[in-house]
Amino acid sequence: MKLLVCVSKTPDTTTKIVFNASKTELDANGVQYIMNPYDEWYALVRALELKEALGGTVTLINVGPADNDQVIRKGLAIGADDAVRIDLNPQSALSVAFQIAEYARQENYDIILLGKETIDYNGSEIGAMIAEYLDQPFISYASKLDTSDGKTASIQRDIEGGMEELEVDTPFVVSAAKGLAEQRIPNMKGIMMAKSKSLKVVAPAAFEDKAVTVQYTLPPAKSAVKMIAPDNMEELVKLLHEEAKVI
Amino acid sequence: MVLVFAESQKGNFKKTAFEAVTYGYKTAQVLGTECVALALGSANNAADLGLYGASKVLHVADAALDQFDGQVYAKVIAEVSQQVGAKVIVLSHTSTGKAIHGRLAARLDAGSVAGVNSIPTVDGGFKVKKGVFSGKAIAEYAINSDVKILSVMGNSLQPAIVGSPAAIEAANVAVPASRVKVKSVSRIEGIVPLPEAELVVSAGRGMKGPENWGIVEDLANTLGATTACSRPVADVHWRPHHEHVGQTGIAIRPNLYIAIGISGAIQHFAGVNNSKTIVVINKDPEAPFFKAADYGVVGDLFEVVPQLTEAVKKFKAAQG
Ligand SMILES: Cc1cc2nc3c(=O)[nH]c(=O)nc-3n(C[C@H](O)[C@H](O)[C@H](O)COP(=O)(O)OP(=O)(O)OC[C@H]3O[C@@H](n4cnc5c(N)ncnc54)[C@H](O)[C@@H]3O)c2cc1C
Ligand SMILES: Nc1ncnc2c1ncn2[C@@H]1O[C@H](COP(=O)(O)O)[C@@H](O)[C@H]1O
Repeated sequence: MKLLVCVSKTPDTTTKIVFNASKTELDANGVQYIMNPYDEWYALVRALELKEALGGTVTLINVGPADNDQVIRKGLAIGADDAVRIDLNPQSALSVAFQIAEYARQENYDIILLGKETIDYNGSEIGAMIAEYLDQPFISYASKLDTSDGKTASIQRDIEGGMEELEVDTPFVVSAAKGLAEQRIPNMKGIMMAKSKSLKVVAPAAFEDKAVTVQYTLPPAKSAVKMIAPDNMEELVKLLHEEAKVI
Repeated sequence: MVLVFAESQKGNFKKTAFEAVTYGYKTAQVLGTECVALALGSANNAADLGLYGASKVLHVADAALDQFDGQVYAKVIAEVSQQVGAKVIVLSHTSTGKAIHGRLAARLDAGSVAGVNSIPTVDGGFKVKKGVFSGKAIAEYAINSDVKILSVMGNSLQPAIVGSPAAIEAANVAVPASRVKVKSVSRIEGIVPLPEAELVVSAGRGMKGPENWGIVEDLANTLGATTACSRPVADVHWRPHHEHVGQTGIAIRPNLYIAIGISGAIQHFAGVNNSKTIVVINKDPEAPFFKAADYGVVGDLFEVVPQLTEAVKKFKAAQG
């Protein structure tokens, strides 16, 4: 199978978020970047498992500047065969999807896998956009994906308070949720091999952004916690009713 | 015109749809235009959408739409929006909405923002905000395309009744064949799914084992709340994985989040930080969750939780 995995770079959740003076960009100083967990733990690992079972190749793709190579190399260390980076600092989800679709169009992948969302912006947009550009089905939030012949896949996807089971033929786009695979930690051999794997840098196609970030602000500070004695739950219920007005 | 895709379940429109219409109505007011709702497939109580501000409901009744496929839905919504000349398309930020949202943006070459939590402003261009970086910041976006696509984060505004039942008008659109075969849909019946829940009772590793969850369920049932859990608890299968909230689980924004025996790690907090009111019950006064709480109780959960349930029962009885 010919598999493409879209990987992105996000600040670790524990990062302290600081912006530049004009509040238009994240101040990258002191930010610890990681590969988006849904991409790394689920999308990539499931792609590797499919390749191991059915043969084929797993290619990584990222739209981003040269700083992203470190994250891409980690994906190669986990086991992807090669990687492509489209050399653009993207301003919008649509531009990321457009670039990936332009590249994928010529390559005819059987399945394009993504994470269900990035943990910094939680957009959950890019998979559907790529699928639309390529006129393919898109299955979001897959927690199971099986195929015995590499042509027809049975997929389980998470929906609000439940589950949907469906079947779809390749080619298609799918986004990965928890459960799709088990995280793999790169070993020394993988890390050494990753150094010699191909990471191709491709120039972006022309695209005009339609939605751009203007400014970041910090949420209003939370007022101090009110402590209630453990033997006075009537008081808590009263406060929830009269003060917080939530019950 | 603002076109709102109103999501239904088996033809029934509920809170998610009413929120989206409320958002569309308020956006239409800002833009000085009208808000129209769109219903696809079975639509039992579509007229109710008028209560929340839809001036009318367009309805594509084709039974093929009772099976959800984002590709088919996006084609139909895009075509209707072009027929009526919609400038803003509003969806819900749900599993359904997310499968459509990006497709509409690509199809209509439209700027989009997913998961917005406030009404757009138009001074100096069309701008709208959403929470980013696990709630640590708010980002404001400018959209400069002719058509704009927004999906509304659940529980970010209260549906408000502003109108009367709407007239339903058939929309004429050819429904393309689906390339996805849905085999089964299973939903847990009888409880409000977490992303829609207004009251949530959540518990973590402090519970010691799955056999102790009875006190959590009692509290949740008494309140009419939905239960949730921390990740380690779902990982060891003390609780089903769909209850797991946080960075790698689901993000929720209920009015009330009660955290029992949960330390409040940032990855957990990332999924619940938008809750309106947070109550933390923990025996460790140094637990990080207290810093983010509105109300805190330092105590043994095995004693505190049953007492809280009793207090809620008394309160409910007094309320009649
Ligand atoms: C990349 C990444 C992603 C993650 N994603 C998530 C996520 O999505 N969701 C999530 O929840 N976690 C996530 N985690 C894990 C997270 O970091 C914490 O480990 C986890 O949230 C801790 O769960 P807990 O609070 O239930 O357990 P603990 O941290 O063990 O806390 C248990 C708490 O119970 C209290 N307690 C014990 N006994 C009692 C008692 N008798 N009465 C009262 N209180 C008691 C203790 O004081 C303690 O504070 C993630 C971690 C990583 C690295
Ligand atoms: N810059 C990028 N390059 C490649 N893939 C990306 C990029 N940004 C996001 N993705 C992929 O799209 C998924 C969903 O992202 P989003 O729609 O932004 O929440 C991520 O989990 C990644 O798989």
